[in-house]
Amino acid sequence: MEAFQNLGFWGTLLVTIVLSALPLVFVLLYALVTIYLEMKVAAHVQDRVAYMRTGWHGVLQPIADFIKLIQKEDIISVAANKKLFILAPYIVFMGTYGAYAAIPFSSIFIGANIDLGAFFIIGISSLVVVGILMAGWASNNKWSIFGAVRSAAQMISYEIPTALAVLIAVMITGSLNLQEVTKFQAGGIQNWLIFGGPLPLLQKILITPFTLITFLILFVASLAEVNRTPFDLPEAESELVQGFFTEYSGMRWALFYVAEYANMFLVAGVAVALFLGGWESPFGSFLSGPIWGLFWFIIKGMVLVFLQIWLRWTLPRLRVDQLMYTSWKVLTPFLFVCIIAIGLILVL
Amino acid sequence: MDLYTIAFYLFAVITLVSASIVVFSKNIIYSAFALLFAFFGVAGLYVLLMADFIAVTQLMIYVGGILVLVLFGVMLTTRVINVDMRTGTIQTLPAVLIVAALAGTLVGVFWTTDWRIMPAFPGFEKTAPRIGELLLTSYLLPFEIASVVLLVALVGAAMIARREKKAS
Repeated sequence: MEAFQNLGFWGTLLVTIVLSALPLVFVLLYALVTIYLEMKVAAHVQDRVAYMRTGWHGVLQPIADFIKLIQKEDIISVAANKKLFILAPYIVFMGTYGAYAAIPFSSIFIGANIDLGAFFIIGISSLVVVGILMAGWASNNKWSIFGAVRSAAQMISYEIPTALAVLIAVMITGSLNLQEVTKFQAGGIQNWLIFGGPLPLLQKILITPFTLITFLILFVASLAEVNRTPFDLPEAESELVQGFFTEYSGMRWALFYVAEYANMFLVAGVAVALFLGGWESPFGSFLSGPIWGLFWFIIKGMVLVFLQIWLRWTLPRLRVDQLMYTSWKVLTPFLFVCIIAIGLILVL
Repeated sequence: MDLYTIAFYLFAVITLVSASIVVFSKNIIYSAFALLFAFFGVAGLYVLLMADFIAVTQLMIYVGGILVLVLFGVMLTTRVINVDMRTGTIQTLPAVLIVAALAGTLVGVFWTTDWRIMPAFPGFEKTAPRIGELLLTSYLLPFEIASVVLLVALVGAAMIARREKKAS
């Protein structure tokens, strides 16, 4: 932000607004692409073809869906708590979008290059839990409330493995700033943290199995954080209709939906920045630079998003007790072992 | 008025308005949700004081932990068991006495403290490394005591949860 000093009051305000709206443009475009991708991947996994009529292979379908959504009637049920019902989608989206401030899209673009990036993302995401509880409670519907309670319990449980996995990356790089974590992994694919980072050879060989496990656990935990299959109990269609947003329709429902998709890229982005080299090119200095950085970051993020979609249409859903078992008795102890092992290897 | 001052007053107004909703609202669910904005406003004030680590910790502990716990309590009692929870005024005299004592103490501290006013730094100073260093050197004992207390609380919570399961 050094380039934007001395602009006066209105200049600073304008630059702030434009810069904070840039990720929003990305999120909306990305949501359109991913909704199409989700439906197509789902169809091909299930041996169907999905949309074929609106445009070439149905590429205009998300836009048609969007137009349909904005002209839908805004329904708020009589027994719902109107104030909280209206407020809830905004809080959920605020929590998701707030975290985008600390996502390093490229070497020259990050919303707020704060020293505590990774910590900030975990902190601001807790707004999402509150928003979901608000939506569930305000809807005055049994399905909504069960969905909301499940979702909150799941998200705060899986925050622990997520935070521990982030801690491991922070231990190795020595910084919470995602921009610096990314720069630490410069020099090509072999220097990514998933392969142990740029450490001396002996340490690298010892540390790689643990960082690999950590990355896998981070990915699994992030699936639960964004309520995706196999952890989609909050909106299990077969049991809870639509979970906490059963009562929502039209644009309010769309806001939840966009927040969910934005969240998918958010967790993918964090995993990419921490373990997959962020915006650094996989070929060292070949094809690197600010614009290529943006390209690499989005490509890596989209690969993880694709993996999330693939898993959603492949795996069945876990039961509530299995969900808690996975978090507390499998992922968390494994991460503690990884933390101790990596700590010992680092002081070698 | 620069942006800093505007941001300060914005966060101050958010904090005060939502804190008064917490206190004065008759409906306990509004109180619980207004707490979200109060915590958020306080976190914003911490950011303006260049205490970024405290600000994020505030969000994480209070919004992500304590507020969710409060909401769980309120939601499970009002919507699932159908108890209508309302706040009212009881025990006026003891409340007035305690509040007066507390307010007196706070005002006393406020007046007698020698506030050190420093010019703002041009940019953010890194706070996290210094906090970490101090916690593991000068303040190691309080830090360890706090962690032991938390561990005891965790074990206690697990004990209580487990005993109920056996009884049923």
